[in-house]
Amino acid sequence: MRKPVEQIEEATILFAGDSGDGSQTIGTQMTETTALIGNDVATLPDYPAEIRAPAGSLAGVSGFQLHFSSEQIHTPGDLCDVLVAMNPAALKVHLHKLRPNGILIVNIDNFARRSLRLAGYEANPLEDGTVAKYQVFQVELTRLTRKALENTDLTTREIDRCKNFFALGMILWLYNRPMDYTMRWVKTKFATKPQYVEANILALRAGNIYCEATEQFAVSYDVKPAVFEPGTYRNIEGNMATVLGLIAASHQSGLPLVYGSYPITPASDILHGLAQYRNFGVITMQMEDEIAAVGVAIGAAFSGALGVTGSSGPGLALKSEAINLAMIAELPLVICNIQRAGPSTGMPTKTEQSDLLQMFYGRNGESPIPIVAPSRPYDCFEAVYEACRIAVRYRTPVIFLSDLYIGMGAEPWKIPKLSELPEIKADFAGRDQAHGNGFEPYQRDPETLARPWAKPGTPGLEHRIGGLEKSDITGHVSYDAENHQRMVEIRAEKVARIANDLPPTEVFGAQEGDILLLGWGGTYGAIRTAVEQCVEERLSIAHVHLRHLNPFPNDLVDILKRFKRVLIPELNTGQLRQLIRSTYLIDAIGLNKVQGQPFHVFELQSKIDEILKELGHF
Amino acid sequence: MKRERTPRVKRQRTSRIPVGVPTLSKKDFESDQDTRWCPGCGDYSILAQTQRIMPELGIPRENIVFISGIGCSSRFPYYMNTYGFHTIHGRAPTIASGVKMANPDLSVWVITGDGDALSIGGNHFIHAMRRNFDINVLLFNNRIYGLTKGQYSPTSEQGKKTTSTPLGSLETPFNPISLALASGATFVARSLDRDPDHLRLMIKSAFEHKGTSFIEIYQNCNIFNDGTFFQYTEKDTKANNTVFLEHGEPLVFGAERGKGIRLNGFQPEVVETTNGDYTTDDLIVHDQYAEDTTLANFLAGMSDTLDMPHPVGIFRSVRHPCYEDAMTNQIESAKDRVGEGDLEALLNAGETWTVS
Repeated sequence: MRKPVEQIEEATILFAGDSGDGSQTIGTQMTETTALIGNDVATLPDYPAEIRAPAGSLAGVSGFQLHFSSEQIHTPGDLCDVLVAMNPAALKVHLHKLRPNGILIVNIDNFARRSLRLAGYEANPLEDGTVAKYQVFQVELTRLTRKALENTDLTTREIDRCKNFFALGMILWLYNRPMDYTMRWVKTKFATKPQYVEANILALRAGNIYCEATEQFAVSYDVKPAVFEPGTYRNIEGNMATVLGLIAASHQSGLPLVYGSYPITPASDILHGLAQYRNFGVITMQMEDEIAAVGVAIGAAFSGALGVTGSSGPGLALKSEAINLAMIAELPLVICNIQRAGPSTGMPTKTEQSDLLQMFYGRNGESPIPIVAPSRPYDCFEAVYEACRIAVRYRTPVIFLSDLYIGMGAEPWKIPKLSELPEIKADFAGRDQAHGNGFEPYQRDPETLARPWAKPGTPGLEHRIGGLEKSDITGHVSYDAENHQRMVEIRAEKVARIANDLPPTEVFGAQEGDILLLGWGGTYGAIRTAVEQCVEERLSIAHVHLRHLNPFPNDLVDILKRFKRVLIPELNTGQLRQLIRSTYLIDAIGLNKVQGQPFHVFELQSKIDEILKELGHF
Repeated sequence: MKRERTPRVKRQRTSRIPVGVPTLSKKDFESDQDTRWCPGCGDYSILAQTQRIMPELGIPRENIVFISGIGCSSRFPYYMNTYGFHTIHGRAPTIASGVKMANPDLSVWVITGDGDALSIGGNHFIHAMRRNFDINVLLFNNRIYGLTKGQYSPTSEQGKKTTSTPLGSLETPFNPISLALASGATFVARSLDRDPDHLRLMIKSAFEHKGTSFIEIYQNCNIFNDGTFFQYTEKDTKANNTVFLEHGEPLVFGAERGKGIRLNGFQPEVVETTNGDYTTDDLIVHDQYAEDTTLANFLAGMSDTLDMPHPVGIFRSVRHPCYEDAMTNQIESAKDRVGEGDLEALLNAGETWTVS
């Protein structure tokens, strides 16, 4: 007899184990399957900086959290319904994330005394009451996988590497998901190694059948598809959306894409992603250092290509002199900063939003540079495309300020139609722009103040640019006092005028009233979820999420003034808040977290409650 | 003179001026900006020889790009009536690489100095050499920082007293030729600011070489390091202290061309060829096209040894694939293999689902 199925609205699952245990793989598989079924889904990979920390150690624990729902969701979830702990260290690191009465699945074969000691457990937590408030399922994952694969030709070591698929098989059963997506993936992944295809599928099936057969699991759960706008969807990670956005900008503008980079977490996936698309004419160059990486992008831009470089905070520090060169030379350039926790090397695999002021101010002299930030994984596509549009239209470097949380997170994406993408027009200077006085490389467009983009190879437009201050219009080297003041002002005005080009700012929730939550970047999901709950409770609370951080939208000041309090939640110590306070003289309040982890929704809710209380609402 | 012989000419991609287009003169390559080097600076000669040789290269002016870093030499692009980019300290090779990659039809020239290329830009220099873009790098070596008023540079001799080393420099200098060879450079040459004919020949040879061409130019800074190379460049001492490298020819030098370089064990040795002890048959014969770099390295090392003449000319000229061609090949073969990129298909790739 089939076991009963219980309908639920949403679930959050966390897979955790040693970094070699394959938690990221099965997390991704569960995400893809769940997205294909039609749930909304959000993910949070959380892994160590070490490739293989000592087996069984706390430092080596790698986790993958996913949240799926029959409703629209914006975050990977605060607390988990299910924790799969492949060893005691995973249990130790992640148990606090499991909700009371949540499901805890442990690989009991890994709970020998030595493993317990490695994880810092004096006594077995499965026996001493540590896990008493959870539904515990002790599963002999290693032994059962070995049993299921005993007729294969694989070594024990190879067989043990399949046990993550046994665990995945269990979770797919628990949430009534089909196995066929994963089977298709395994067949493609191991196309040249059929023995691994067979083994992983055997393990997957064994895990699935185990849950069906054993009396331990009495019920399974189902989450109905969410209601999405009509369209074609796929699941996408933020960095992959960035890759697609850059290729789309190259394609739509007709400019060849030259991406210079140097390996760095968490931006390397953009380099890996773009390197796959040579057939789109994409040129990726892994350079000798961060400076060379931005150097080739600047050179390519001078030559008339879409020059792009990508890195994270430490790399941006090295690039700053070259970015300033592109700024004064007024060349289009896109700089992707996938932020991670700093300062210095900081915590390379953890998220933070602490590079905002570095991007704003981290260059010598007066150096205004537009900044565009994506708000969620799929939004990286549109945001980086917008960065390219601004760079080309205004002939300026533009910073695309993403972060690890959205760069590595995944969610369903409604694939845009090409016809919906904004125009990007390169508009190169032609021979006709040379006249009596020769060519004037700093003669500007009266509307945008952009200077001509005159690429080498164009007859009659031979000219020289460089980092020395240039005379207005002629572009000759100039140390003239008045000219320098004028040029500094023009460069600032050019960036300020981008605001005239921006759509009205969307205010979600109350249009005026008590509290405005003002956010930027990867905090979108947590803020939106908290504000949605407030809106349901009919509180006069709103959410504005800034896509453009420099310049700010023209209508922002009016919006800010319509609320009694402005709350700025950030994963830093108050960087946007400092900018808002100094720009608008508004006494904004901060909610600041620097733990390498995203906000939990409850953290925002309790801050909102605190402010409401102070306003006399309770 | 024998040494004026043009080396083997390589195929080049930079488009030629179409037939019927008026030929250009030196004047066409002079910009309207006043040159602002100190009177008597060796840079003037290098600029003049470059402007003189450009019309002979047969490429349209608009296809020429000069890119520099920072330092006295790096003001050079402002004085050339071509496309130019005066960039930041040490980084010119990276920007030149990007320019060439985005448009391989351009003739790209990097102008740099000993501080710019070998100190702050040392990393980019060695990697530019090994990548082998079809670009030309002219390093003006004056063994001093001129623009910042006379500090020692990475090519200054050990013990040199300068504003920043009043008691003498503690460092062993770089030999730029050895460094370029060790980095895998495919064309390596040395020339002199005070030998215009030779300098023009080297610039032209660099242009004709397909791949990264590197020329170290001994350049006099008459303000902060006057005469540092005079024994190799001045009429009365040059013949005895400089050996001009010619492919297939023995290493002969000296006022009467009566001296030569012989291999004694693993060491170079100066011998007389006029007193009957040795003939030119005993001398090392230069082979600039050798794939193996042993000879080139050996010759480069001569300038580290006291009492040996400094070799001038082409140390090495070999043909290796260029980065930009290899990249273009990857792009073309990817298009052949999986078809020209289709953006609509790319966005819709992988597992998708439709909501209606």
